[in-house]
Amino acid sequence: MHDQDAKKILEIEDLHTYYGRSHIIQGLSMDVKRLEAVSILGRNGVGKTTTLRSILGLTPARKGKIRIDGQETTRWPPHRVVRKGIGYVPAERHIFPGITVEENLRLAAKPTSDAEAWSTEKIYEHFPVLKARNRQDGSTLSGGEQQMLAIGRALMGNPMIMLLDEPSQGLAPLLVYEVIQPILILCVQSGLTLLLVEQNYRMALDVASRHYLMGIKGKIGQTATSEELKADSEIIKKHLSV
Amino acid sequence: MTTILRTKNLHKHFGGVLAVNDVNAEFKANRLRSIIGPNGAGKTTFINVITGKLPASSGAVLFQDRDITNSPAHRLVRLGICRTFQITSIFMGLTVFENIRIAAQSEMGGSFRILSAKHSLKSVNKKTWEILDRLGLKDKAKVPSNNLAHGDQRLLEVAMALAGDPKILFLDEPTAGMSPAETEHIAQLIKGLTETVAVVLVEHDMDVVMSISDEITVLNQGSIIAEGPPKAIQDNAQVKEAYLGNA
Repeated sequence: MHDQDAKKILEIEDLHTYYGRSHIIQGLSMDVKRLEAVSILGRNGVGKTTTLRSILGLTPARKGKIRIDGQETTRWPPHRVVRKGIGYVPAERHIFPGITVEENLRLAAKPTSDAEAWSTEKIYEHFPVLKARNRQDGSTLSGGEQQMLAIGRALMGNPMIMLLDEPSQGLAPLLVYEVIQPILILCVQSGLTLLLVEQNYRMALDVASRHYLMGIKGKIGQTATSEELKADSEIIKKHLSV
Repeated sequence: MTTILRTKNLHKHFGGVLAVNDVNAEFKANRLRSIIGPNGAGKTTFINVITGKLPASSGAVLFQDRDITNSPAHRLVRLGICRTFQITSIFMGLTVFENIRIAAQSEMGGSFRILSAKHSLKSVNKKTWEILDRLGLKDKAKVPSNNLAHGDQRLLEVAMALAGDPKILFLDEPTAGMSPAETEHIAQLIKGLTETVAVVLVEHDMDVVMSISDEITVLNQGSIIAEGPPKAIQDNAQVKEAYLGNA
């Protein structure tokens, strides 16, 4: 294998995805390297969520290639993709209702011999509020707590890379910047590879280091580092404002 | 300019969530007004309440100054309030011509007897050809709809809505999933519709919105935060904040 490819956890090459005949992603190429935190920034409706769904096999790509850790997974069913090492935090959280917070976490655990692996105890250290509510029905948590649970649940699978779909959606800014953002930064610092999809660029700039600016139909208009975006606010305005 | 439809203090809530919050909007004849806003702004809900798909929680919808709040969708269509959907909704087994003729026939009324004489359909057929011509679908009249390219299927939907003789036409993401060439084509056709109807557009492609809208209404968290021509909207600080997120 090529040396540079070996560093890539996720590779997307000329992706085309459809809903029926509707051509949603019209040729997307991008990659995420090991230990890197990358974001896709774009307005609503440009295809950010569809990109994640294609990676996961929920809406399989019709054309193009997706590789995870060097192996092509383009036409794999979702359960196989997840087992390969993808953690997914959907925008709607999708907490399993009718079971407790702890059960939501344990359900996602993947057997591993790794001593460093995530466990409910380790999750509770990071999210004390989940410990306080561990016997409560997961669906009765507040929006912010459900977001934490969704992140914790994804971590329980010890993913090679975690995909997050707009974790800031529907949450109060205070919660986003004081709870969710620090947790994600901590995850990145402790060695998690991450792909974050956001409209909220302020959080994305602090969590991720490299950014794909996505326009309508999945077209990448530009890539930039956080420093570049902070130095030139026009880039963000051009791609995210109206 | 004549106001075709307006909403008065319109509200729609789902449990504790206010999806449409005290919206006063006005739609004028021969104008194209786009409705934009970030995720969850309430765009689709707003249109669903106006077009009778969802009941309003409070407030009113006035069509040519007549209160039509909570009228069923089929009645609104008869009045001339038509819409297309985000998801393509055509009869796949029928030809392009047949799809439009059905829509025209239901508007023009008349007999639904299977054996009715062909000449009685003359006026319906004439109207169907006119619409085909207007949307550039004439060459594809005999094509089964399921064989159409995606862009033409979306166009056919607009054609079917036109067959209902709308006074106001709501288009929900008409360019979704289209190629750049198709998008450009349909954008110009949509603009052309304002010759006869008021057009309301919900659309994510900002190039389309900015190039063909006469006015834009920006919704955020269920409320109107700005209204005006494209240039004013692009320069509006509150709109920028809504799109770029608040610190």
